Amino acid sequence: MRDIFSLALIYSTFRLATPLLLAALGGLFSERAGIINIALEGLMLAGAFTAATVTHYAGSPWVGLLAAVAAGVVIASIHAVVCIEFKADQVVSGTAINILMLGVPALLSGAFFESTGATPQIPREDLIPRVPTAIAFALVPFIWYVLYRTPFGLRLRAVGENAEAADTAGISVARIRYTAVLLSGALAAIGGAYLSIGQSSLFTRNMTAGRGFIALAALIFGKWRPVQTMLACLLFGCAEAIAIQMQGVITYVRVEYIQIIPYVLTIVVLAGFIGHSRAPRALGQPYEKER
Amino acid sequence: MKGLIRQLLFPLIAVVAAFIVGGIIVWLIGDSPIETYGLLIGSALSWPDGIGYTLFYATPLIFTGLAVAVAFRCGLLNIGAEGQLIIAAFATAWVCITFANLSAWLLIPLACLAAILSGAVWGAVPGILKARFGSHEVINTIMMNFIAAGIASALTQSYYRVQGDPILETRPIGNLALTPPGSNAHIPRLGQFLPGLPERIPLNVAFILALVACVLVYIFLWRTKWGYEIRATGANPSAAEYGGISVRKQIVLAMAVSGALAGMVAINEVLGYRYRYYHGFSPGYGFTGIAVALLGRNHPAGVLLAALLFGALIRGGLFVDIFTEHVSKDLVLVLQALVILFIAAEALFRRSLGRFGLLRRSKL
Repeated sequence: MRDIFSLALIYSTFRLATPLLLAALGGLFSERAGIINIALEGLMLAGAFTAATVTHYAGSPWVGLLAAVAAGVVIASIHAVVCIEFKADQVVSGTAINILMLGVPALLSGAFFESTGATPQIPREDLIPRVPTAIAFALVPFIWYVLYRTPFGLRLRAVGENAEAADTAGISVARIRYTAVLLSGALAAIGGAYLSIGQSSLFTRNMTAGRGFIALAALIFGKWRPVQTMLACLLFGCAEAIAIQMQGVITYVRVEYIQIIPYVLTIVVLAGFIGHSRAPRALGQPYEKER
Repeated sequence: MKGLIRQLLFPLIAVVAAFIVGGIIVWLIGDSPIETYGLLIGSALSWPDGIGYTLFYATPLIFTGLAVAVAFRCGLLNIGAEGQLIIAAFATAWVCITFANLSAWLLIPLACLAAILSGAVWGAVPGILKARFGSHEVINTIMMNFIAAGIASALTQSYYRVQGDPILETRPIGNLALTPPGSNAHIPRLGQFLPGLPERIPLNVAFILALVACVLVYIFLWRTKWGYEIRATGANPSAAEYGGISVRKQIVLAMAVSGALAGMVAINEVLGYRYRYYHGFSPGYGFTGIAVALLGRNHPAGVLLAALLFGALIRGGLFVDIFTEHVSKDLVLVLQALVILFIAAEALFRRSLGRFGLLRRSKL
């Protein structure tokens, strides 16, 4: 047990919580504005693939990171248009984005690099292993401030709770929702970029491996609030860190049982066994303006 | 007749639109869209291999498409078909390993029952959670997908993996002392009955079961009291409640039936094809099921047609992978996603058709 609980565990908890936190904070914007975002997984994949590809060609991780943000925004805009403009089912649209982003990177990597699914290795000096972690945790107080202390945050929350009332008060529901979904694309893409040019040095097929969904779980576990969401991400990051360190050390518990803890906890908290997690009231409802 | 055309119109437009956008992507990548699609369709419709494999790949999609459709009819979105079919596949393999010495006449029905029941239980849990605590089935089914994969992987790893096997899979099912080994747990391939269809094609009796399931789901939804109550709940829960229908009960029932249908994928995969539980056997059949149900308008006949289309795409995709210069089989995933997006954004077509006066305003 000693081998597992150490300083290294804390370090790797923060490292593993980073992509979760970035994606979860992205999801927070979208969902607090009333748009369900189960597309976080796909948005992360978009960011991860773009970051690795552009860094490979441009030779600079910063250009790669910027490109990832752009890709995240572009893909999120599909979700936004389908949900806001065409009032489609947001879960269905999100599922489509996730499938799309499983296919597109694989298709493109096949065309660019003659390999279905992986991008070329990026040299070590071109990686950014720490910056995204700093960004992620610095964003928490900032987002808290934006959400609870600025007019934009007030409008965002109003739109997510009661779009009709917000509209009556003169807030453009569609504009706020577009902004929120595009922001979530940008943040989730940074989370994805961290996976491909931070934690590792290339993009591999489906490299997020469900992290977008864990981020969503953390968001629910954190009751759609920034600070609690960060704590949830740290908890889930810690579970992953323990699972990784356990491998080869502890054999009497299978690592999969540690890995599923975040999912079980989310179900438990959603059922109201540990405090109650209430979704924004207008979550998932398209807004139809009265004529 | 007019109603039927209307039912077919938007799915058809969505498929065509998806193929056009997919074609543009193929062209951008540097291959010829016409050649790629020609290859895709040609290899899916050749006899016997093309059609045999198309039907084989359509089989799980019929089950998952029906699963999603039944839940949809109750107003629920079951994105948990993936987890339900994983847990069912493991349970099926478990039964066939644990009771390996039973005769085929007992073992196969028992294994099918295991597939159906385990899928039903895995589907019912999010149903119960929704009915009892009001927690959203979408989140819970996503979580249950990961839990299913984790448990199946852990149990396989701990108890059922053959020592030294590099692949995460259970040992072969059935009585291995028989010739051929394990044959008491295998269901027949259609090649054994159909002249001209070689036995190497894994199309098996599960396909017939899938067709039967389509009919049964139709009868269940439109000819039974339970089905009526499920549809009433989906159409308007508060009206259903007011009319004396227990909405909570319908939610649990619909999710259990949905899970059972998803679980039947295990019959095709474990008893008819791989003869073991193989971790990661599903390339996302549960998620494709969402596309199938949407395209099929949540009707068994539509689901069947849509599953055949997507089955053909999976089959054709393998050939595109090999015989085109740049395009990989992932084109199929992209087409799938585009179909879902275009169906979801149906308002796009309604609006543009309305603008050209092709649809009367009153029908928008």
